[in-house]
Amino acid sequence: MSGTYLGMPAFPKAAHEAVRNDTLRANLRHATHTIRDKRAVAVAELDDWTELREAGKQIKDHTLSRLDHYLVQLEESVTAAGGTVHWAAYADEANRIVADLVKATGEGDTGKREVVKVKSMATQEIGLNEALEAEGIAAYETDLAELIVQLGEDRPSHILVPAIHRNRGEIRDIFRSEMEKWGRAAPEGLTDSPAELAEAARLHLREKFLRAKVGISGANFMVAETGTMVVVESEGNGRMCLTLPETLISVVGIEKIVPTWRDLEVFLQTLPRSSTAERMNPYTSMWTGTTDADGPEAFHLVLIDNGRTDTLADEVGRQALRCIRCSACLNVCPVYERAGGHAYGSVYPGPIGAILTPQLRGTASEIDASLPYASSLCGACYDVCPVAIDIPEVLVHLREKVAEHGGPGHRLEKAAIKAAGWVLDHPGVLAAGERVAAKTRRLHPKKLRGPGASQWTDSRDLPEMPAEPFRDWWKKNRT
Amino acid sequence: MRVALFATCVNDAVYPSTAIATVKVLERLGVRVDFPAAQTCCGQPQYNTGYRRATEPLVRRMARAFEGYDHVVAPSGSCVAMVRDNYPRIGRKAYAEGRGSALTDVADSLVPRTYELTEFLVDVLGVTDVGAHFPHRVTYHPSCHGLRMLGLGERPRRLLEAVRGLELVELPGAEECCGFGGTFAVKNADVSTAMGADKVRNSLSTGADVLCGADNSCLMHIGGMLRRQDAPQRALHIAEILASTEEEPLV
Repeated sequence: MSGTYLGMPAFPKAAHEAVRNDTLRANLRHATHTIRDKRAVAVAELDDWTELREAGKQIKDHTLSRLDHYLVQLEESVTAAGGTVHWAAYADEANRIVADLVKATGEGDTGKREVVKVKSMATQEIGLNEALEAEGIAAYETDLAELIVQLGEDRPSHILVPAIHRNRGEIRDIFRSEMEKWGRAAPEGLTDSPAELAEAARLHLREKFLRAKVGISGANFMVAETGTMVVVESEGNGRMCLTLPETLISVVGIEKIVPTWRDLEVFLQTLPRSSTAERMNPYTSMWTGTTDADGPEAFHLVLIDNGRTDTLADEVGRQALRCIRCSACLNVCPVYERAGGHAYGSVYPGPIGAILTPQLRGTASEIDASLPYASSLCGACYDVCPVAIDIPEVLVHLREKVAEHGGPGHRLEKAAIKAAGWVLDHPGVLAAGERVAAKTRRLHPKKLRGPGASQWTDSRDLPEMPAEPFRDWWKKNRT
Repeated sequence: MRVALFATCVNDAVYPSTAIATVKVLERLGVRVDFPAAQTCCGQPQYNTGYRRATEPLVRRMARAFEGYDHVVAPSGSCVAMVRDNYPRIGRKAYAEGRGSALTDVADSLVPRTYELTEFLVDVLGVTDVGAHFPHRVTYHPSCHGLRMLGLGERPRRLLEAVRGLELVELPGAEECCGFGGTFAVKNADVSTAMGADKVRNSLSTGADVLCGADNSCLMHIGGMLRRQDAPQRALHIAEILASTEEEPLV
């Protein structure tokens, strides 16, 4: 499987394969149900969950409404603390800035250029690893699941658990065959026990941490008033990447700002409980610019837009920018559970991906135009969202945009909707149609052909038509 | 109290027995029901597929059809959720587009008067025992829009528990979507079917002979899969169970 998302088929086509993969279905079902049940317990522990959710929503909405102000304040704070801020409107620009920064450090001038990475959605979104590779810079992922994905030349399929589609046996096989190509080989006789797999990863990664001169991260939050970056993680690999290298480059989406330090209080409660079902995540790293003889000597913040201001301009769609990447919506989504993350053709899969990706990338491609329809609108995602993003509302809003645009198949659909609308606005015609359907019911076939119809009858019987519509019964019996 | 039945288009054309059952239950409880013939469809399929503007004539039609009634009762959670959640949105968007407040007025008028059947029975009439008799093993699937958008909660279960002869058994994974989702069922037929297959498996595992729900569109999907498998279980709307009595049993 290639590392890029270009040329992905539309969601229904990609999902067609996934629902037939029994191993994938079993892996996803087990993993998502385990996390969703734990999350429910962790959230139920807090009496003030509803208030925290509302506070998180309001902090984010307030910040987004004054984003220009807070971005400038953040730049001033970061600069005052000894960091350097770079602005990138698009992915290419961000990648160029990072590559130049890595080269400017002199890292690997005589040998191989290397960087270590903390798991970051933003750098995946802009395809940073591939861009660096093209510049002769090797970027090593250090999060366990990202390592599995990178070694397996695979793509992440979940925001929080990128290798959720893999089971232990598959991971052991990847470690055995691939680790030696990237550095320290897997230990002899490696089994699929979690402890052994974790130890193999620890040994493999340790030599990379100790050697690296440049670390690259994202950030979960940026505090405008202090210029502080925040990364929350579970494995300690983040702490290593953020403290050991001489140069630290953080690539962060502009919507990750909170105004004040105090605002973190809300999100540091809601994020871990929503994502890993923990009361507090194991590692919370915070850094503010640079400090003499403590941590990196140089800090660069690359702020990326990459479609975010366009999203912000949409009154309904902008709520997607509240997202704190907890992935609770993925774990409760019945569609994600069956289709898997790869079917969404984006680093942001699941319900949040279905509303974020078509806004960040637009809906020109087949896959992006299909994403707003990748939902039964069951609403489970909205219920669990810790910043109350009404995902079904945004999905329908985006469907409207896609339908207006008139992509493949939408012209026919539009005509059908128009015709149905006319009938439904003429009850006499509707009643006549219902009568014809009822009178000819013995002639109705069990299976139908044609777009829409066969997709129904391939797996379900049609209901038997009644002898008469309700409105005729009413006329005979009650008037 | 002037009460109008909003039968919904699906029930009118495909499941008249559900609308008839709704009339009978309400009449048995002393409610005088009317069926305004100008009604057709709430516009949910159009709206949820992305055709908001095509929905607007149907929103206006709903307002005309149900003008003057104190309560509008529908045996469909998703159609009521369409009115309650989406009519105000349609109104707000039309207003924002500079097309006046006619549609927000419709929403303001219809939203507080429109009830899903089990809501109307429990909240407005204050009844949980409707005098029904239905000697069967029944499991209940709370459709998503009733569950999450309307917050029907325990109302349907309380009504079912009061039915004489009825044994209510819990449905594993009850709160998971059945996979219908309107046009989702055909636009993403593979995923929809996979979700439906899990729902059917859970439902059959209860040993119930009836899978009950409050939304015939979901039941059309689940019931269609049950029939395709020749399964020993049928899908049935809650109104038909509540209408069944010893004197006039549902067959």
